[in-house]
Amino acid sequence: MSNATEPKTALGKTANYLDERLTLGSVLKNFGRKVFPDHWSFMLGEVAMYSFVILILSGTFLTFYFQPSMAHTIYEGSYAPLKGAEMTVAYSSSLDISFDIRGGLLMRQVHHWAALLFVAAAGLHMLRVFFTGAFRKPRELNWLVGFFLFLAGMGAGFTGYSLPDDLLSGNGLRIIDGMIKGIPLVGPSISSGFFGGEFPGTEVIARLYSLHIMIIPAVIIALLAVHLMMVVIHKHTHYPGPGRRDDNVVGYPLMPVYVAKAGGFFFLVFGVIAAISATFTINPIWNYGPYDPSPVSAGTQPDWYIGWLDGALRLAPGHMDVSIFGYVIPMGVMLPLIVSLLFLAVVAAYPFIEAWVTGDKREHHLLDRPRNAPTRTAIGAAGVTFYAVLWAGASTDLIAVFFQMSLNHVLTAMQVLLIIGPILAYWVTKRTCLSLQRKDREIALHGRETGRVVRLPHGEYIEIHEPVDKYELWKLVDFKDYEPIMPRPNKDGKITLGTKIRASLSKFYFEDRIAPVSKAEYELAHADHAPETIEEPKRKPKQIKAKK
Amino acid sequence: MSELEQYSAGSRTNIERPIKDPGMEPHRERMTDKSERHARNAERQVALLFGISVIGAIIAVWGFLAFPIVGGDLSATRNGAFWMGIGMALSLLGIGFGAVHWAKTLMPDAEVAEDRHIARSSDETRAKAVEIIKLADGESGFTRRKLIRRSLYGALAFFPIPAVVIFGDLGPSVGDTLKHTMWRSGTRLTKDPTGIPIKASEVTIGSVFHVIPEGLSELEHHKLEEKAKAAVLLVRVNPADLKEDPAKAGWSYDGIVAYSKICTHVGCPVALYEQHTHHLLCPCHQSTFDLADHCKVVFGPAARPLPQLPITVDAEGYLVAQSDFLEPVGPSFWDMRK
Repeated sequence: MSNATEPKTALGKTANYLDERLTLGSVLKNFGRKVFPDHWSFMLGEVAMYSFVILILSGTFLTFYFQPSMAHTIYEGSYAPLKGAEMTVAYSSSLDISFDIRGGLLMRQVHHWAALLFVAAAGLHMLRVFFTGAFRKPRELNWLVGFFLFLAGMGAGFTGYSLPDDLLSGNGLRIIDGMIKGIPLVGPSISSGFFGGEFPGTEVIARLYSLHIMIIPAVIIALLAVHLMMVVIHKHTHYPGPGRRDDNVVGYPLMPVYVAKAGGFFFLVFGVIAAISATFTINPIWNYGPYDPSPVSAGTQPDWYIGWLDGALRLAPGHMDVSIFGYVIPMGVMLPLIVSLLFLAVVAAYPFIEAWVTGDKREHHLLDRPRNAPTRTAIGAAGVTFYAVLWAGASTDLIAVFFQMSLNHVLTAMQVLLIIGPILAYWVTKRTCLSLQRKDREIALHGRETGRVVRLPHGEYIEIHEPVDKYELWKLVDFKDYEPIMPRPNKDGKITLGTKIRASLSKFYFEDRIAPVSKAEYELAHADHAPETIEEPKRKPKQIKAKK
Repeated sequence: MSELEQYSAGSRTNIERPIKDPGMEPHRERMTDKSERHARNAERQVALLFGISVIGAIIAVWGFLAFPIVGGDLSATRNGAFWMGIGMALSLLGIGFGAVHWAKTLMPDAEVAEDRHIARSSDETRAKAVEIIKLADGESGFTRRKLIRRSLYGALAFFPIPAVVIFGDLGPSVGDTLKHTMWRSGTRLTKDPTGIPIKASEVTIGSVFHVIPEGLSELEHHKLEEKAKAAVLLVRVNPADLKEDPAKAGWSYDGIVAYSKICTHVGCPVALYEQHTHHLLCPCHQSTFDLADHCKVVFGPAARPLPQLPITVDAEGYLVAQSDFLEPVGPSFWDMRK
């Protein structure tokens, strides 16, 4: 027991107090200089997380005033056009927040804008993870956690914008009710259970409220904790480049650089949301009026992240009620439900599918540049296109009005696009990736075109090519590349169906491939040039070389 | 790369790269690294940004205090929200830009590398973990004592059931509520929302009425629930334009027809009527119904025609229902035909 370093200062004493109780010293030792790679695309997830914090802060303010009750009341607040109107307490308290509580309108708008940004940033973050292959081993499970976070975000958004009980959100609930009722066997009972009887009932706002302010946020916080814990366990991925390998992580230390940047970034996100909320109206519930099952305004649209589901409802072909023994299955509802669930299932399962196809069991901490995984990138583009068409499908009426086209033609075009679009996107993206890879090869082997054309003494014209330096070259040649596998018989000498499927998927993925430049190719291309240009440490090699 | 190499690379190719990894690029110094003057400037800029943040916070507080809400004056609400928001934004952005500028100009910007290790525990650790599980199993007899194990599974399977059953009263049983509305024989058709009865004589050709059953507005309970089923659209067209269906002969009155306003797709109100085509359009998902042809679906995702309300006139000339709808209104559901 040697207490040789008894602290003297106040700070030292505090640190000593905490360390003796919380082992704070070793926490700081382990995490204080933890390295975080730097890239703008790594901030998308941060934006989502910070938006969530902002949602909790602004949402807490709103809970102090909002009353989740569907009891009837007569509006007596400041907004003259609705004075004397019959409405629910939920709607009138939302109007009070907007007009009669200082800061209420701002906080409502902060909350709504932050929600829109939360789901958008989470979606873009998912796309970043997908297109860079960050979901590969050991991060497959974290992809799943993130996937459920995204779903929870959509759920939080929907339950939230239904709360004010205005005409727009009420019609949204009516649509949900119609979809639930269409589910075979249990639909009407689920609807009755959800609404506490017939639609709209007097219960649903209170139920949505407990989902919105307690259950879903708790789920999000729990998933977020797991999500971040896994980031700590795995350490962050980094983009390929000189000095970056699968067994290291290159970036800036947590203290002080990353704390300042990421901490500052929280304030930037919050500041931007505050600026938008101060200047742009969102969800002007006072324009819609209280919910009433009879009126509806034209051009109704849900918040953007629900749009794809609404689009799916619109694009489903009509006349499709299926009748079995006199029982009705409304395919106009079930088909969109099934298609969207399938789409989500593929998104969730993708890391496992790709891992199975490649058979690659190694850990991957070095990201792929999207061009270097052409098939994955193309599949992603197809998925994005599918989602985008469904999303645009939720605006068929607005598109038709804006461009003065026939509503029917717009819808039919969307239906066609939903099938053709992803195929086209797949093909274009894959070809683009392969071309970019060819270009990379060309640059690695022969250098960059300089645009300088010179005439040689014997009359030949050539363009001068400037070789890239070793750092640039490394970035161009360092990527993983797979070959299609052959279906091979197992121990019993049989080729199983699974093997066949795997082989054909592998062919689908890797048949068209541009291999990275090998040493032999490189040396061949440089056979008549001075190879030392490459080993030269300077950033800009002076020597120029001509392409044959 | 020893740790990573122990796993199968699958169908990954293995080629020799033209060069070895050259290692991290040499660090390039910033002006603030090289010149004390630049560093001092950066320091002042950061301090200025933090100062702006303080000013922003003051503006936000002023925005709160300066625009008290006085009944009916919406400009106070608007100005208050604007200045509070702008002040907050300045205050937050000042801190954000200040911190990032500080990190980018004055904190070291040389990248550093840290080793990673694979997620897998070492073999010794794993052996130890297995040993612990086996020990725990042996000590508890979990595998050995089948009776305990199986009865535990049973208990664990049954204990959540009450937690599910307890939610049984979330909603009443559906019964046939979805199949009936407020309309009865002789119920007058009244205007939505005033509840004033409609005389057949005031319905001119081409006009549209949003209709609710008489007495709806006076309901103490379930007004919206009833309205969500009973809302009707009343239109008068030239009787010659209506297609005849012998099964529904006599359901209309002199070209006046009444159809459920609740879309058979997912239940939005079918609120848009196009006079010259006799089409009804649902603004939510664009299902289109041909009013002249018994509201058959002519476009969009709906599958069933809008149900027709049989109407006639009473002795005083008011429009009345002959009966309730003869089929369920609104979205299709599983046992709607049973």
